[in-house]
Amino acid sequence: MLGLEGFGVFLAYVLCIGSAALCIAYGALTWNKGDESIRPEDEQWAKKEKQSDNGLTN
Amino acid sequence: MDLLTIVIIIGYLLITAYLGYRGYTQTKTATDYLIAGRKAHPAVMALSYGAAFISTSAIVGFGGVAANFGMGLLWLTFLNIFVGVFIAFVFFGGRTRRMGHLLDAHTFPEFLGRRFQSRFLHVFSALVIFVFMPLYAMAVIKGGAEFIAAVFHVSPEIALYIFALIVAAYVIPGGLKGVMLTDALQGIIMLIGMTILIFSTYFMLGGVIDAHQSLTALKSEVPQSLAAIGHRGWTSMPLFGWASTKMPPAGSPIPPDPHNLWWIMVTTIILGVGIGVLAQPQLIVRFMTVKSQQSLNRAVGVGGAFILMMTGVAFTVGALSNVYFHDKEVITCRILDDSVLMDPGPGGKQKLKPISADASDDVKARAKRFITYRLLNEPSTAPPHYVLFTPKTQIERGSANAPDVIRPGLISIARTISNETTMQGNVDRIIPTYVNSAMPRWFGVIFMLTLLAAAMSTLAGQFHTIGTAIGRDVLQQVTSAKPERSVLVTRIGIGIGLIVAIVLGRILGDNIIALATAIFFGLCAASFLPAFIGGLFSKRITKAAAISSVVAGFFTSLFWLLFVNAKTAVGIGLCSKLFHKAVLVPEGWSVTWTVVDPLVIGLPISVIVAAIVTFFTKPMDESHISKCFGK
Repeated sequence: MLGLEGFGVFLAYVLCIGSAALCIAYGALTWNKGDESIRPEDEQWAKKEKQSDNGLTN
Repeated sequence: MDLLTIVIIIGYLLITAYLGYRGYTQTKTATDYLIAGRKAHPAVMALSYGAAFISTSAIVGFGGVAANFGMGLLWLTFLNIFVGVFIAFVFFGGRTRRMGHLLDAHTFPEFLGRRFQSRFLHVFSALVIFVFMPLYAMAVIKGGAEFIAAVFHVSPEIALYIFALIVAAYVIPGGLKGVMLTDALQGIIMLIGMTILIFSTYFMLGGVIDAHQSLTALKSEVPQSLAAIGHRGWTSMPLFGWASTKMPPAGSPIPPDPHNLWWIMVTTIILGVGIGVLAQPQLIVRFMTVKSQQSLNRAVGVGGAFILMMTGVAFTVGALSNVYFHDKEVITCRILDDSVLMDPGPGGKQKLKPISADASDDVKARAKRFITYRLLNEPSTAPPHYVLFTPKTQIERGSANAPDVIRPGLISIARTISNETTMQGNVDRIIPTYVNSAMPRWFGVIFMLTLLAAAMSTLAGQFHTIGTAIGRDVLQQVTSAKPERSVLVTRIGIGIGLIVAIVLGRILGDNIIALATAIFFGLCAASFLPAFIGGLFSKRITKAAAISSVVAGFFTSLFWLLFVNAKTAVGIGLCSKLFHKAVLVPEGWSVTWTVVDPLVIGLPISVIVAAIVTFFTKPMDESHISKCFGK
């Protein structure tokens, strides 16, 4: 088992790589899915957020 | 400081400043992208999220824990990727963003308060964050300080103050929110650094399988104190089970049990942080700055790979550092004294100090032998390094001009024992010591700068959250103060948070980074997770249910931390002051109760309370629910 003595550790090692592979595959498969246009509430939110950021950085 | 170090530091700072300036003038923050109606590049978004999530705490603190407890810590990496990236981005990100915008919520407490139309929930959750988040910030600052101490060979206290000053200079004037390109640049440098680290470690130890086999073969070197609580070698999980060892009468020390380590490692370290990431206020708010679910989908791949290369590498290299230190480390140096005797104190647990010439026979009998040395590039005024002498230590004295050589033959934790620690060593020092010893000097300096940069981006998010918790969420809610006033209070809140973090860093001592992080993550999960998930996914959950769930989760966890979990209850000492016993677990009960993490008790209670109260209370107003879910 890759030189690892315990099955629990071997499984964790494999699952780490497997879950990263799942993320990469998911990202590739959904690359063009889920696009949304900016809605008025999104714009409103972003402007208020910017205002409060400016308040802190000025 | 040698010339090479100075050149690297100046070069690094210039590049970062230049790119930071370009990023600032062109694209600025995630909010600017959103205002401009543009998407940040998915890699930039994922790397900037990753840089905010991963810090010195994960790499230095948890990497050190992996060196001590073993590669079983990779379960945390699995959760970091599967829960912290996949579930968070795919299932939570889009909904958080949509609901946050519909409710015009800009902080996590504001999100909860508006979702459940509860000023109490808004203020209460902000107070929890304001009071406890400095603990997490302390862990990140301490991680950076340990690296500074190792690379520049200064005392940990001085390093802590130096780093705290840098942090203060950055966060107090307003360097609060990550400029995405700068964050992403830090992410890329971290990625390169960690890639070099894992490849060179495996290469040095003979390849993947040989390295793991060598680590497996070190099983007999597991310290007695860890073997007694269930450590079965660095490539096996600790022994699992519920202890038959019973709690002794009050006043007697709690006996160690061979099932303790599994509970500490799995419930505190792995579950606390692995699940707690979903309820991290500063990460939740980041989702609101994203343009669409598509941006999140695209970022999942980069995020998953990034986290694998961060915590996956840190935990693997941390565990493998035992093989390096035990089998491979060669210190080429000038030995100053090869038999310095240091006193660990009567119980063997005090900070080591040199014994005096007229020390008693008792002190001489318990004294430990150390070698002191200076590296070849260090001036004669530099303070000496200390390394423990054991029967396996080999010393080769060089001739007049040739250097001396030490082969310490120690495992990682023993390698950190010095005049600045107790005989228990310091897990927080393992990764810095490894990078400093096993890797070339230039790499150590660049790696330190990268980690400090990563720490800064995490700290920026943390202190922004701490400051707005008290300014925007508490003051504005309680007194209806004007925004200008709340900005001032936010700044004061940041200052207070920073001071508390530094004081905690000073008084909590060694071996604290991972524990402090895990406590904060666990507390957030038990308090906020059911209300947050309920609020995102359920139209039925009620205001009363959310309030009861947050309060029950928080107070159950706090009770467990203060009165049941031995590590925290004994450390804080409130239980012994009030009840004259270390913990409130009754005599005759299993000692396993004292190592169960608060999360394991607090989170189920929080979930059950949310479900029961929802069942018995009326649903929230339909128009409000429509507003929250955008229908």
